[in-house]
Amino acid sequence: MIGLVYWQETAIKLAVILGVIPVTSLILVYLFLFKMMAFMQSRLGPMITGPHGTLQLIAEAIKFLQKEDIHPDNADKHVFALAPIVVLMSTFLLYVILPAGPDLIVEDLDVGIFYALAVSSLSALGVLMAGWASANKYALLGGLRAAGQLIAYELPLVLATMGVIIQAETMSLQGIVHAQANFSIFGLDSGMPFIFTQIVGFAIFMIAAQAELTQTPFDMPVAETELVGGFHIEYTGFRFLLFFMAEFGTAFAFAAIASVLFLGGWSLPFVDPNENWLNFVGPGVMLFKILILAAIIFWVRFTVPRLREDQLQKFAWKVLIPVSLVNIAVTGLIKVAV
Amino acid sequence: MSDLVRSYLTVAIFGAASIGLVGITLGLARILRPPTRTDNKQKLLAYESGVDPVGGDWAQSQIRYYVFAVLFVIFDVEAVFIFPWAVRLEVYGVFGLIEMLIFIVILLLGLVYAWRKGVLRWV
Repeated sequence: MIGLVYWQETAIKLAVILGVIPVTSLILVYLFLFKMMAFMQSRLGPMITGPHGTLQLIAEAIKFLQKEDIHPDNADKHVFALAPIVVLMSTFLLYVILPAGPDLIVEDLDVGIFYALAVSSLSALGVLMAGWASANKYALLGGLRAAGQLIAYELPLVLATMGVIIQAETMSLQGIVHAQANFSIFGLDSGMPFIFTQIVGFAIFMIAAQAELTQTPFDMPVAETELVGGFHIEYTGFRFLLFFMAEFGTAFAFAAIASVLFLGGWSLPFVDPNENWLNFVGPGVMLFKILILAAIIFWVRFTVPRLREDQLQKFAWKVLIPVSLVNIAVTGLIKVAV
Repeated sequence: MSDLVRSYLTVAIFGAASIGLVGITLGLARILRPPTRTDNKQKLLAYESGVDPVGGDWAQSQIRYYVFAVLFVIFDVEAVFIFPWAVRLEVYGVFGLIEMLIFIVILLLGLVYAWRKGVLRWV
């Protein structure tokens, strides 16, 4: 790197991340929520605002900025106002450890993946605050459902990453990328993403991430047909937009974490991960992998009908958690034996 | 300043920046939006599909969420213990593996017990 002092470097990183988060939300919402969903339902989606409706979300954001900020009479004012900030903060902090190239990372924490999981569960707190402070029966039901769901699927999510950590012997996300670039099976010297050895972990991680993001089929907390809007029923205007942005920002971050853990992150096969030019190609490679994983998440969202609350809890506790514990044991066994 | 403290300083800065970002945008919204009109009291009622809310502000809810939360705490603590083990497994070798398998089996027994007791049934 060029000789920058810490404060200058941090300021640049902060500026980049402040730009990246809205852009990622824009890309995901436009590509998947507007266009892919529309095409899957034989519609065109937004077409008027900008070429093929590309500026639609910006128009929506400006609309939300102009809406009245209504706080219900009975709501707990301070908690009500604070809840969307907590949720957005959890999303924002996730971006600190996402790598996009050999040197392109805000802070390569030693406990990277542990930090990511810890920070992402902050959003459960924000959702519970929103549900409780609204003083609305639908919101309370939605908030409780969300909390129950987020904690139930937090466990398979955490346990599914364990197989990768055992293989990589590190929790740092950059370390995991390097471990995959240097990992070889079948005598191939090209580097091997962990999806080949951790396919079970990958499946569990993606299912749990779907639930953590409260996307259909796990969207009972915000189910329109039964709870109107769930925990964000009382939010209007910009505070609602914060929840919305956090949802898509987190979806992007989870897809990024999954692509680092299982698809090799920014590294390319047959390329030494220390090559300097990967700093330029890396972000593109990451974006490509993230969009593939996000496409899977939203494809499932638009195709599968909603589960019932009891089916959801049963699936987490009786299927995903035992399977992921067995996955850890088997991975550890192979690691020690080989 | 050590590297460890410095890296978490960055995290703290980012946390503060996220609050700042929200503050700025909410301030912008305050300038752009019309003042909230409160002459209509109906507007500030809780929205429950157009029907006036019945009963208190905070409804009672099922105890079952609490039971799942307690189960969660047990398994989350387990996960915290597995993390350092997973990083150092190569060093501990067979000894570490057997130790951890015993630990996991004990917790699995706990899950099976909860299962048999019907805790995992959503009633």
